[in-house]
Amino acid sequence: MAKKIRVLIAKPGLDGHDRGAKVIARALRDAGMEVIYTGLRQTPRDIVEAAIQEDVDAIGLSCLSGAHMTLFPEVVKLLKQKGADEIVVAGGGIIPEEDIPKLKKAGIKAVFGPGTRLEDVVKFFEHAAGK
Amino acid sequence: MQLVDRLLKGDKRAAAKIISMIEDRDAQAQKVVSLLRPHTGKAHIIGLTGPPGAGKSTLISALVREFRSRGKRVGVIAVDPTSPFTGGALLGDRVRMTDVGMDDGVYIRSMATRGHVGGLALATYDAVKVLEAMGMEKVFVETAGAGQSEVEVANLAHTTVIVEMPGSGDSIQILKAGILEIGDVYTVNKADEGGAESMVTNLKSVLPEDREGWAPPVLTTVASEGKGVPELADRLEEHFSYLKKSGRLGEKERIRSEVELRDALTETMLEKLTTSKGGKKLYEDVLDKVASRKLDPHTAAKRLLSGKTG
Repeated sequence: MAKKIRVLIAKPGLDGHDRGAKVIARALRDAGMEVIYTGLRQTPRDIVEAAIQEDVDAIGLSCLSGAHMTLFPEVVKLLKQKGADEIVVAGGGIIPEEDIPKLKKAGIKAVFGPGTRLEDVVKFFEHAAGK
Repeated sequence: MQLVDRLLKGDKRAAAKIISMIEDRDAQAQKVVSLLRPHTGKAHIIGLTGPPGAGKSTLISALVREFRSRGKRVGVIAVDPTSPFTGGALLGDRVRMTDVGMDDGVYIRSMATRGHVGGLALATYDAVKVLEAMGMEKVFVETAGAGQSEVEVANLAHTTVIVEMPGSGDSIQILKAGILEIGDVYTVNKADEGGAESMVTNLKSVLPEDREGWAPPVLTTVASEGKGVPELADRLEEHFSYLKKSGRLGEKERIRSEVELRDALTETMLEKLTTSKGGKKLYEDVLDKVASRKLDPHTAAKRLLSGKTG
């Protein structure tokens, strides 16, 4: 049996806007992936622990509170600490253009803002899982 | 094998990797599971089933907290359905379990059914062994939201909990055969909503007062507030001691072993048939004949096993 792609979709931080995260979760599900959805208000530690227990290939983070510059790199850092940095991290939400290079430098492999095509998101995660 | 050594020390990452190997039917998976076997057999396996929305995940989260306060290490396998169309799945049970997910003595794994019917995934059986081998003393298995006939969990679990909610069935629904017969412990969750008492009465009216020395209790819980959860945990412990004392535990092990043996037998036979010299072609030929109605499946199976197409 072929290896299934498993992706964790998580919402770090305190905003309650999970529509985007749910749209992405559904698109990945419809592309044949197993999507673990962990819900609102997760700390980076919660997210990394869940990612390890669920043995995911990648994590998609959604943040609309403006705290992405703190929260996204923290997830990457904790993964590294746990020796799980083969797990690919991507982010989305309301992210100012000028933050994107900084996030990429911090190890966020892709940043998806409003208007991103779902096919591109699906392709990114397929690629991240080595398919 | 290094992964197994790490697992036996309780390493969650190793557990996660091994469960993925089992799910993906990795070539090494069978060997790993056989190495785990001597380290299994001590844990109390508890299955929770019931309709979608009854509060199974929230209840498990509350039970995990309760058993942690009693000093037990706890594992959870939460099963959700795979789409029959795309093969994808949305596994959302962790949403209700986030507060216990960080605890060192807890491991939670979400699992998709991957085409298996009956409320579990094929990999659930072996994944339970992984959790046992890593030292979990209580292993909870949450089925995909069940309808009336998903009774498979009772084969896997020592103790089966049926989670119902108020207003989910009149006395006729409750009289029907299937899922409502397999419980060792029943709870009407969301008992703060109206109608819990009549649900309890309806359930009690059809449940046996004595089933081989065990009277299945009917409780009420409000999982989100933890109400009734210590009592439920007590009943689970009582049932496990009853199984041990009465010798029913051995019977349960035998039933589960038979399911596993049958699955393994089917798989081994199919593998032998399709990987032997010319076997794949023979298999395909016979399949064609069955499809074109030249052969019935039973005759076909006999011919395949005897190695002659005839």
